[in-house]
Amino acid sequence: MYGNDFSTEPSEPLNAAETGGVEQAMAHEDRRAQLLSEAEVADRQEQFDALIAADQRIEPRDWMPEAYRKTLVRQIAQHAHSEIIGMQPEGNWITRAPSLRRKAILIAKVQDEAGHGLYLYSAAETLGAGRDELLDALHSGKQKYSTIFNYPTLTWADVGAIGWLVDGAAIMNQVPLCRCSYGPYARAMIRVCKEESFHQRQGFEILWALSRGTSEQKAMAQDAANRWWWPALMMFGPPDAESSHSEQSMAWGIKRFSNDELRQRFVDMTVPQAQKLGLTLPDPDLRYDEESAHWRFGEIDWSEFKRVLSGDGPCNAQRIAHRRKAHEDGAWVREAASAYAAKQAKRTAQAREEAVA
Amino acid sequence: MSDWPLWEVFVRGKRGLNHTHAGSLHAPDAQMALRNARDLYTRRGEGVSIWVVPAAAITASSPDERDSFFDPAGDKVYRHPTFYDVPEDVEYL
Repeated sequence: MYGNDFSTEPSEPLNAAETGGVEQAMAHEDRRAQLLSEAEVADRQEQFDALIAADQRIEPRDWMPEAYRKTLVRQIAQHAHSEIIGMQPEGNWITRAPSLRRKAILIAKVQDEAGHGLYLYSAAETLGAGRDELLDALHSGKQKYSTIFNYPTLTWADVGAIGWLVDGAAIMNQVPLCRCSYGPYARAMIRVCKEESFHQRQGFEILWALSRGTSEQKAMAQDAANRWWWPALMMFGPPDAESSHSEQSMAWGIKRFSNDELRQRFVDMTVPQAQKLGLTLPDPDLRYDEESAHWRFGEIDWSEFKRVLSGDGPCNAQRIAHRRKAHEDGAWVREAASAYAAKQAKRTAQAREEAVA
Repeated sequence: MSDWPLWEVFVRGKRGLNHTHAGSLHAPDAQMALRNARDLYTRRGEGVSIWVVPAAAITASSPDERDSFFDPAGDKVYRHPTFYDVPEDVEYL
């Protein structure tokens, strides 16, 4: 799952692409690039522009403008971070899932989120970013993740609301990314989108069950919808007028639709689903506009969005602390895997020597 | 020629698609493998990019273990969207 709602105004290096790590990793490519004359660079820029204009994909070995590479590394990395941080709010309910069926489903979903993070980190690596540097940037707060994951999951119904609303919004954001101009990112998104549809359906199913249950269960579903509706709308990012990087990303074919367009589509898709569930969305201004055939919604509280984005959400500190601890606690597993590989390599070499002797 | 290493050939049909396995060939080094792969597998413009990988560098799952290796995914039908009971008249689910 993923939103378009992380910081887009870097005041400090956001990732490996800006710290010199990429330059190191791409040393041989860069040496070639440095040898290019101005005329050759202009020539390659022209080829790049022609590919973009023809709606063709850019592949890892193609020449690309440095700003395009940096933008992609930042976006793909923050997308990957969102996937793995997104495991936490739902992971919180695995041990308390109401049945074995629900527990198995939730485990499968959290596994998927981990998998999505891995697809995306490897896509970022095709641009020369190092996995460790990206994780460091997440742990140190240099890179962000979707603000939606800074909200807590207070009841079981929140697991349903996340699947229905948060994954629903993520799908709306991610489907156009399947046609993103950067090949490896687009291909990763195709895999992700195929897997997301189970996520959204299982969320809807949870709320469908609760909304036809006891009055307490109905109230629990309504409470979850109340708390997740507005943050879900914020997942599409700031209004177009304030979205600083959108225009360039559109020109590069990284982004296909504006934040406001996608948000409107999400509202149009979701309101009838809420009606079906018998849930009220917490917006007194929500009304159907016959003329435009769209659902009109009220003002989004962008001050809340900015507050959560800047670190002052209910769970920001908890999410990063948990992520860091998981990484540190996992150190022995990584060390053990390396030690085992080294031992196997040594044994294979010994066996080979003995066979020769 | 049989003492030349075997190379597995992967061809990208067009921009935006994955490289997919096309076949293999023998060649004394990577550069020659690449050229031979071009001549062998893309004579009719089947590709825009080729990877060659030493066959010896590929670790493959064993056919004997196929069942037990892939079995863990077999009983997890809930990983598919069709598993879920939602009303049929809800759009965009």
